[in-house]
Amino acid sequence: MINIQSLSFSYRKNKPLFDNLQLRLEAGHIYGLLGKNGAGKSTLLKQMAGLLYPDKGTCEVMGHAAAKRQPAFLREIFLVPEEFYLPRVSITRYVNTYAPFYPNFDQGAFFNYLKEFDIPRDHMLTEMSYGQKKKVLISFALATNTKVLIMDEPTNGLDIPSKSQFRKVIAAAVSEDKCIVISTHQVRDLDNLIDSIVIINDHKIIFREDVQTVTDKLSFKTVSRIEESTGVLFADSNLRGHTIITRNTGQEHSKIDMELLFNAILTNQQPIQEIFN
Amino acid sequence: MEFKDTQAIYLQIADYICEQVLLSKWQTEERLPSVRELAVLLEVNPNTVMRTCELLQQQEIIYNKRGIGYFISADAVKKIKQYKKEAFITNELPSFFRSMYLLDLDLDELKPHFEKFKKSNFN
Repeated sequence: MINIQSLSFSYRKNKPLFDNLQLRLEAGHIYGLLGKNGAGKSTLLKQMAGLLYPDKGTCEVMGHAAAKRQPAFLREIFLVPEEFYLPRVSITRYVNTYAPFYPNFDQGAFFNYLKEFDIPRDHMLTEMSYGQKKKVLISFALATNTKVLIMDEPTNGLDIPSKSQFRKVIAAAVSEDKCIVISTHQVRDLDNLIDSIVIINDHKIIFREDVQTVTDKLSFKTVSRIEESTGVLFADSNLRGHTIITRNTGQEHSKIDMELLFNAILTNQQPIQEIFN
Repeated sequence: MEFKDTQAIYLQIADYICEQVLLSKWQTEERLPSVRELAVLLEVNPNTVMRTCELLQQQEIIYNKRGIGYFISADAVKKIKQYKKEAFITNELPSFFRSMYLLDLDLDELKPHFEKFKKSNFN
């Protein structure tokens, strides 16, 4: 679905953000893109959406070079950016203006999502709070039914009940032929939705695995005494004890702790990567 | 549903479904909610629910009618007890036994406690 080959990109000369970056994403999955501030998450998402161009290499989405922004590509991709602008019009006007660009747009679904999110239909977009605007945009994005849906920090600015609503609408939106890519710092908001993890660091993709493969190979647990555990790959200590990652030696599957995994891979990359190779 | 941090989500969903059956909230030969409905209800990835269904099918607790969905097996209750028993023996008993051993507890000593527990909780 998305195929990035040898991508190099920099905003400023001699300061490469991506250097020979490779990434392949398939349909039927929700990818969680994780990385530190400034690692290039948003930039990578913009490359996929054709909003930035590679300096070297290629970024192909559904067989199209994203940078060419052909209509056949644009009508099958939607990006919910972290910062966005909505015009000073009503919701109805907004839909009537923008929905025709998306041949699979489902108007009924759009208004259902708005209802789900508790958004008044008769307001001007500019009169809404940031969180409400975001919910309008997310509803619109889901209603477009594009094959590729990209969301940059979608749960930022959502209140507590909306996060649960967001998970419900995303769970309903996944299908075999769709590829959803979500970048996030709030992994706990989304860790039961994300089924594949992509970590970007130091100009490259340093990790890309299914959650299932991760829990097949690694165990995540909390122990009171670290000395009693063998083969600890990474440990984080807090008041409750130590949350640790070890190699999964049995048949048991623990629940993945994405924050812990992220910290582990950033600090202790090699031994963990060896387990996956 | 509240998920715990200890066990993989697909296993917790399997437990949830088994519990619904044991509590007779879902009857045998009844159709399970669809994978998508369950995913939305539990706010998880549909692929995770698929994995749960594969596991429960393997344990013969549910079966698949092509094109219609998953149904709860006629002898689901028996199969669930079998599956849970195995899980209990491999997952929970070792740490229980370990505590017993460390505390010098004997199995016979526990019997009255177990009887009392049964009486006060299930009578």
